[in-house]
Amino acid sequence: MVDNAWIAAALTAARPQALSALLRYFRDLDRAEEAFQEASLRAIRSWPDKGSPRDTIAWLIFVGRNCGVDAVRKTRRNVALPGEDRLSDLDDAEVDIAERLDGAHYRDDILRLLFMCCHPQLQLNQQIALALRIVAGIPLSRIARVFLVSDAAMEQRITRAKAAIAQHRVPFDPPDANERLGRLGAVALMLYLVFNEGYSRGHSEPAAAELCDEAIRLARLLLRLFPTEPEIMGLLALMLLQHGRHAARTDANGELVLLEDQQRSRWDGVMLAEGRALVDKALRHGAPGTYQVQAAIAAQHARAPSAAETDWAAIDRLYQSLEAIHPSPVVTLNRAVAVAKSQGPAAALALIAPLADKLDGYFYFHGVCGGLLLQLGDIAGARLAFNRAIALAGSPAEAAHIRLHLDRLAMPDGTPGLLARN
Amino acid sequence: MLYAVLCYNDENAVATWTKEEDDACMARLAQVENGMKAKGKLGPVARLLPTTSATTLRKTSGEPLIIDGPFAETKEQFLGFFVADCETLDEAIAFAKDLAKANPGGGAYEIRPLALYHPSEMD
Repeated sequence: MVDNAWIAAALTAARPQALSALLRYFRDLDRAEEAFQEASLRAIRSWPDKGSPRDTIAWLIFVGRNCGVDAVRKTRRNVALPGEDRLSDLDDAEVDIAERLDGAHYRDDILRLLFMCCHPQLQLNQQIALALRIVAGIPLSRIARVFLVSDAAMEQRITRAKAAIAQHRVPFDPPDANERLGRLGAVALMLYLVFNEGYSRGHSEPAAAELCDEAIRLARLLLRLFPTEPEIMGLLALMLLQHGRHAARTDANGELVLLEDQQRSRWDGVMLAEGRALVDKALRHGAPGTYQVQAAIAAQHARAPSAAETDWAAIDRLYQSLEAIHPSPVVTLNRAVAVAKSQGPAAALALIAPLADKLDGYFYFHGVCGGLLLQLGDIAGARLAFNRAIALAGSPAEAAHIRLHLDRLAMPDGTPGLLARN
Repeated sequence: MLYAVLCYNDENAVATWTKEEDDACMARLAQVENGMKAKGKLGPVARLLPTTSATTLRKTSGEPLIIDGPFAETKEQFLGFFVADCETLDEAIAFAKDLAKANPGGGAYEIRPLALYHPSEMD
């Protein structure tokens, strides 16, 4: 943080608030972005000498607003821009404006900006790219790298997404309580999808792993705006508890390492501590939701000193409450893994047997079945299930993982594998 | 005379530092700490997790109120702190409730998990 790196950090941190306030003022995304850009340039020029203003966000909104208005005037009447000194001398104005900007305004502004990015008209990839570009302010080339496309292709994707949201305007009136809650839910899901994009690809692509950091940053911002929403606490906790295991998720060869085989000393203790604290905080509200319960499950893993010391009965109970909130065969399948650990493979197989039709096309289902059958000593049944899993594998890594278990089956001592280790 | 030096900054901005920037800053701080440590003059050092993980216990005439978020009043001042090793947030809240009973009247206790803790190196 030597030189002026602190300015860059301050500008990145201020961006969501400042940009969304400028958007409310100009009601035009491009103009708001230009105004923020111009204000940032002026900050880079004047802050090194004058020091940072007391309220950086208010400064950026004020200067951005002036720059934006000047830009409009300039295009309309071609009048010269005012001198730098007029805009830089903001000490009094800044205090004044800071007092007028209250938290409630910020809250709806930022929520609106995020909500625009998750418009249902946009494809998931577009939503993620737009949120990263507009809200997080990540340079286009870096987003292109994350999605493995050229800069030009990414620029086109973002331009199209912007055109789509321009046609479907999000109203600028303050939303009522119901509308606000609806927006919050959509935004939370979008942030979780940003996170998942990074989580599912991050082990093999370092550029994608950055998405997890950005999603965490935006979720923290959202929680700061809605500090008493247990589901937002749960969302942030879930991200922290999953990402906290990042370094342990791959071995020296870049292969995925199962949770139970991970070296727990490589987990990020600080991230996991924050996640666990947030889970505790959320559950005190007595209003469980899917993010909270998933986070609580991840917290059970985080608190276990070793895989063998995991409280599987507690995880089983948490999966049961997840089934109650959000019934789904995939949730039951995950619960079966906890049941296998706490009650044995036969109970787990009985639990998932009724799901065979629904999950027949699901790689993980056959992988779990194979592991359970193997534990019960049904080698032929296990081989059948593993073969079916390989046929359905979504990535070479998944297929390779199952193949490993098949190879072990071929060995005389048949070392138990996938999800079957006690 | 013992002094506490309290650190204030925009946590939003600090949260945008990259891991490298954060590590570099911590390393520079550690150098300064080491100077005091060598003289046997360094007490405990702690870094707090973000305020989003905070819970506040507000004293009332009856049962204290538990509020999500950090202590946000400006008319009360920071008077002291405790560090306790608690398994859960509930345990920490119970500790703060006991403190509130022992120290009735106005005020509040902010309960915030630690990111880092070094015990005292003082002679």
